[in-house]
Amino acid sequence: MLRFVLRRLALMVPVLVGLSILLFAWVRALPGDPARSLLGERATPEGIDRINAAYGFDRPILEQYFLYVKALLQGDFGNSIQTSRPVVESFTERFPATLELGVTALVFAVVVGVPLGYLAARNQGHLLDTLVVSGSLLGVVTPVFFLAILLKLVFADLLSWLPTSLRADPRIDATHVTNFYVLDGILTQEWDAALDAAMHLVLPALALGTIPLAIIVRITRASVAEVLHEDYVRTAEAKGLARSTISRRHVLRNALLPVVTTIGLQAGLLLSGAVLTETVFSFNGIGQYLFEAIGQRDYPVLQGFIIFIAIVYSLINLVVDVLYGVIDPRVRAA
Amino acid sequence: MSLPLPPASSAIETAVGDEVHGVSLWRGAFKRLRRNPTAIVGALIVLAFVLLSILAPLLTSYEPGSAEWSGQVTPSSVPGPSEDHWLGLDRFGSDMWTQMVFGARQSLIYGVVSTAIGLAVGATLGTLAGGFGSIGGRYGIWVDTVIMRFVDIMLSIPSLLLAVSIAAVLGQNKYAVMIAIGTAQVPIFARLLRGSMLGQGKADYVLAADALGIRKSRIVMGHVLPNSIGPTIVQATLNLATAIIEVAALSYLGLGESDPAVAEWGRMLVAAQDRFDAAPQLALLPGLAIAITALGFTLFGEALREALDPRSRR
Repeated sequence: MLRFVLRRLALMVPVLVGLSILLFAWVRALPGDPARSLLGERATPEGIDRINAAYGFDRPILEQYFLYVKALLQGDFGNSIQTSRPVVESFTERFPATLELGVTALVFAVVVGVPLGYLAARNQGHLLDTLVVSGSLLGVVTPVFFLAILLKLVFADLLSWLPTSLRADPRIDATHVTNFYVLDGILTQEWDAALDAAMHLVLPALALGTIPLAIIVRITRASVAEVLHEDYVRTAEAKGLARSTISRRHVLRNALLPVVTTIGLQAGLLLSGAVLTETVFSFNGIGQYLFEAIGQRDYPVLQGFIIFIAIVYSLINLVVDVLYGVIDPRVRAA
Repeated sequence: MSLPLPPASSAIETAVGDEVHGVSLWRGAFKRLRRNPTAIVGALIVLAFVLLSILAPLLTSYEPGSAEWSGQVTPSSVPGPSEDHWLGLDRFGSDMWTQMVFGARQSLIYGVVSTAIGLAVGATLGTLAGGFGSIGGRYGIWVDTVIMRFVDIMLSIPSLLLAVSIAAVLGQNKYAVMIAIGTAQVPIFARLLRGSMLGQGKADYVLAADALGIRKSRIVMGHVLPNSIGPTIVQATLNLATAIIEVAALSYLGLGESDPAVAEWGRMLVAAQDRFDAAPQLALLPGLAIAITALGFTLFGEALREALDPRSRR
């Protein structure tokens, strides 16, 4: 198992090196002087000198690349031009928000999706199945941001059932330990803050979770339907085992493997969807951060963001792969 | 000196005869598609979308983006359907129906061009990697590895975020969005085509062609590629749905078309947000249009996948 993890980690290295070369080349390929491109419309002679000195743009190109990589390895992903703050600092501060949102959305998708898919497969051809199948198809094709806007306009603006934006009510003076707001509220026993943060999560998580939900329903349904026709299920039935035992020990156990794979594959979708969902709800995570950086053409932030996302995304994929090994012994052996 | 030929001619004749009388993969797929209600619904949606896009200038007597009736729009009220404007006006005072049909045209152009870019680049990379990897020998495996490591780099960022990054770099212009969304699709096509080509590379007919001394480039282009392209075509159909959604998403993030005279569904959705109580249709129409169009391509693409699946052939 350890060898498997190490091998996967080693495979990340060439990808990240390649990405760093591409990103390095990107800033240099922007037309004109890199300092001017980095600063954009805000370029002043002093600003250009400052950027040239800070990034070493006056040195030979190879040396520049090594300086850039050295900085990356030391955790220096550059500074925002807009706020002069290190990208890493803003990132680590805001990442818990995105993680909190993403995990809530995924939990919602799994908790609702797996039972729905199972029920649909058990009742194939019946009304429930038809509803679930068409509903999941709609879920796949509805754009995340459209759904987010609708949820916000209907449940927050028109009906006022839930908060319209932000992660917490600014009037509540909450203590933040981990920057996972709900967790913070529980840890500090500030229950009103925990509840408030949870209420702020409902609509964004519903919007973000819908596409993964639809995908999970479809895969669960297909997978359960396939397993139900297996000989071992018929054998179990012939042996006179209770239906619940067959479902639990024979059907679900075998049917859930492809489902787990699918759940793992949702990481990319959740990260992309988070950018749009956070923008709609002004939810202060890395998606919102990226949106602001785009608006301000803050290139160092974009550059740092891409590397950071690549690392996070590769690590998530690694964790998912390791989990497969835990769930399915056949993967470990291979 | 000539080697005695094995008496294989009769077998070849039988095989050729079968081919002549048999049903080709694509013709068989088309037959199955015609019998599949899902495929028909998908195809009808796609057809309606394409017709609206092409005929847009004939379907309305107004210009897109003209704010001719802006005087009739106030912060609290946006005129609804009337005789002159059967979907009403939008919040800038343009005719909503005109905006919708020209928006369809915009989505079609952006979706098709970006998917074509992704398909062209991705299929080229996939063909090179798959072709060299399957019958290129030692040197070929090296080419395959280099191309696939490059594809891995692109896959290290989720596709929409890759598109967002590229669009942000290229700046706000017409082609930036197409290039960005197209590039983000490259790894999907490259991997898919390479995978099916590597699978075909071990087939008997490839070995036979190789043994007959046919040039490798001809084996790849004439035999392996045509036999491997099916899943890639299906993916392209499905990707049109994704591309149309992503065009709107980039618009939503402020990276799309900046010319206000161009009608674009994603931007219409953004603009409609703050008038939702007064005129919810301004947000609902473009949003539903995006979803229905994506639904059409998805239904058709999935039916096509089913129809092309060898297991469904008889």
